[in-house]
Amino acid sequence: MDFGLTEEQELLQETVRGFVANECPPPRLREIFDSGVGTDPALWQGMAEMGLAGLMIPEEFGGAGMELLELALVAEALGSGVLPGPFLGHSLAALALVLGGDETQKQKWLPRLATGDAIGTYAAAEEGSRWEPAEWRVEVQAGKLSGAKLFVPHADIADLIVVGCVGGGLALVERTTQGVVVENMQGIDRTRPIFKVTFDAAAAEVLESGRAASLRVRDAALVLLAADSFGLATSLIQMSVDYAKTREQFGSIIGQFQSVKHQLARLATDIEPTRALVWYAAHAFDHLPEDAERAAALVNSHLTDRAMHTARESVELHGGLGFTWKCDVQMWYKRAMFNRSAFGTPDTVRGRVATLGGW
Amino acid sequence: MNLKFSKEYDAYREELQAFLKGWPLQGEEAELAMQEQEQLFRQRGIEAGYVYFEIPKEYGGAGQEPDVLKRAIITEEYARAGAPGDGVNQGPALLAPTLIEFGTEEQKRQFVPPTLRGKLRWCQGYSEPGAGSDLASLQCTAVIDGDEWVINGQKIWTSNAKGADYLFGLFRTEPEASKHAGISYLLVELSQPGIEVRPLKQMTGSLDFNEVFFTNARTPARNIVGKRGEGWAVSRATLKHERNLIGNPNMMREHFDSTIALAQRTVRNGRPAIEDPLIRNRLAEIEGYVRTAEVSNLRQMTAAAKGEELKVMLPMMMNKLYSTDTMQKIMILAYDLLGADGMLAPTAEDIASYARTHTSTGFVEQYIFSQGPAIAGGATNIQLNIIGERGLGLPRDIRIPKKPA
Repeated sequence: MDFGLTEEQELLQETVRGFVANECPPPRLREIFDSGVGTDPALWQGMAEMGLAGLMIPEEFGGAGMELLELALVAEALGSGVLPGPFLGHSLAALALVLGGDETQKQKWLPRLATGDAIGTYAAAEEGSRWEPAEWRVEVQAGKLSGAKLFVPHADIADLIVVGCVGGGLALVERTTQGVVVENMQGIDRTRPIFKVTFDAAAAEVLESGRAASLRVRDAALVLLAADSFGLATSLIQMSVDYAKTREQFGSIIGQFQSVKHQLARLATDIEPTRALVWYAAHAFDHLPEDAERAAALVNSHLTDRAMHTARESVELHGGLGFTWKCDVQMWYKRAMFNRSAFGTPDTVRGRVATLGGW
Repeated sequence: MNLKFSKEYDAYREELQAFLKGWPLQGEEAELAMQEQEQLFRQRGIEAGYVYFEIPKEYGGAGQEPDVLKRAIITEEYARAGAPGDGVNQGPALLAPTLIEFGTEEQKRQFVPPTLRGKLRWCQGYSEPGAGSDLASLQCTAVIDGDEWVINGQKIWTSNAKGADYLFGLFRTEPEASKHAGISYLLVELSQPGIEVRPLKQMTGSLDFNEVFFTNARTPARNIVGKRGEGWAVSRATLKHERNLIGNPNMMREHFDSTIALAQRTVRNGRPAIEDPLIRNRLAEIEGYVRTAEVSNLRQMTAAAKGEELKVMLPMMMNKLYSTDTMQKIMILAYDLLGADGMLAPTAEDIASYARTHTSTGFVEQYIFSQGPAIAGGATNIQLNIIGERGLGLPRDIRIPKKPA
């Protein structure tokens, strides 16, 4: 029994944390955030050079051949600095190909995705919050895809879009192909802009094992959003603690007031123990098939919910400043909003926790 | 990361499971009074190496090498079998480990073996009417007189003082010294003329609580644990054991599962409550906390097994608060599920037995009882201060100067 990280895993996470701190400190983050482009080619290239674009892609296709646990550790580190960029959609697209693609499709795409030369994204949701594979309605007929997908992250810069289709299948569409229209939906989280992608008889290639892959990709998405939420919530608590150590009112540092101290201690107690829940759910995805789906739903509903709560309290802890655009908290807050709403809100995901629990 | 136990541990678990087939007792032994049966099986557990795991053999324990994984397996399997293991009694659970850490050789030999055999029963004398969360302001005094301490004052909220043989507790022995430095940790025999134990009824209706009054009560000078004025440090160690007791995730899972069972047998709006989306949602939300406590415990265990406790100081510090809060969430939901039965009083059986959750009134008792852990062993507000100051590095509270006399 060893419920801990290996030295390599700790090192990987430390390296990514260092990268985030050095390459995207809050002033740089703010520039990207305010620009609204939601990405920075230099940052993406830096991540790709560290191998982060192909973490779960097998080594034979140029990836690192790692598992969801490593990917989740990276997601946590990126979440802690709310790093802008296509990591989430790209990772899901790559995983969909690894799990559902045939040899030719893998040969064609995985090596380019692994180096980050090609960017992927994953189009799940349809109108009416239809995130679940069973709810998808867009269809490929005779190699042509028609219909619309919503909330697709970074679709504007993606080379490849993995599209969820009727019956839970998956199809590959190149963004530049004819019949694909990408419209900015003006998302709240400017670190991960979202797009409506409309397909009008666009050339599409069906993934052979797409139906089996789409449920696994959904679970991976749930775990990655939870890991990102854990990272961002931990940072928010640190930011609020730092503020409480310097801000003075009534002639004292506000962290001396029990009202503030206890509020912070409660937030920390809510979040810190869940680090283990993120590890567990990722490990279950990799090695415990009997609990993988339920663990993903449980960690996602718990963490995206608790992180949003942390974000709301953090605004309050920063006082009037916390309510401004100028305060860093708002960027973390909006990432928490994305995480909470993507792939089902906590309430809807909890319904699956109950059903899969056999009660 | 690997959640499977190695072959060595699987074999260990199998041996333990075979041993636990011996409970409940059979034949003539099953005729004994329950307390005697428990003591008999506990003694067998000690000899087999499962009970009082790390307490050395010469003091009546199992004398095993520290091994967090084996201990986790023992806790799990004993719980599954419902067999009497270490128990939660304050003597074996709190005093014995404290004596092993701080006691003299003579104290260990005199007190630990009969305590583990259940021959010597203990209660804990910490709180006083004027010293609750601010425990170090305690006023109950002990003054040396020849080779005895003479004790005067009062202790309160003393669980199980009725029926206890001895009290371990904190007394002010150095009135000139500063608040914390004036306290010593003494062991006091209860059955003597200078001690009066008066029961205090708890809000559940139970009579576990007591007040203990000392009027020139006496205890031998050698019954001090640690040096004079060092009682505070010794008591911190006892508190650590108490918090570990409270932070156990198995209790949360047990109560969560009983609450699911309650939702399955309760009818709301003409259907089983478990089919109500609101109830399902609340249960799933609470399970997030229960599962977190379980896996956080695994993480802490792994770190402890590797000697890397420093990596998990923060979650360890939070265990008590996390489990009290989670237990309360569970009980609040269970109480809602009771519907009108929530107006019933716990029965005598509910009060007498430990954590009954198969009857409505048992849940009522547990609902009220769930307030207790948020107060005992360091109240929640004190825990929040500890987490804020030692965990997050926030400055200490503002001290408001005392009013002039």
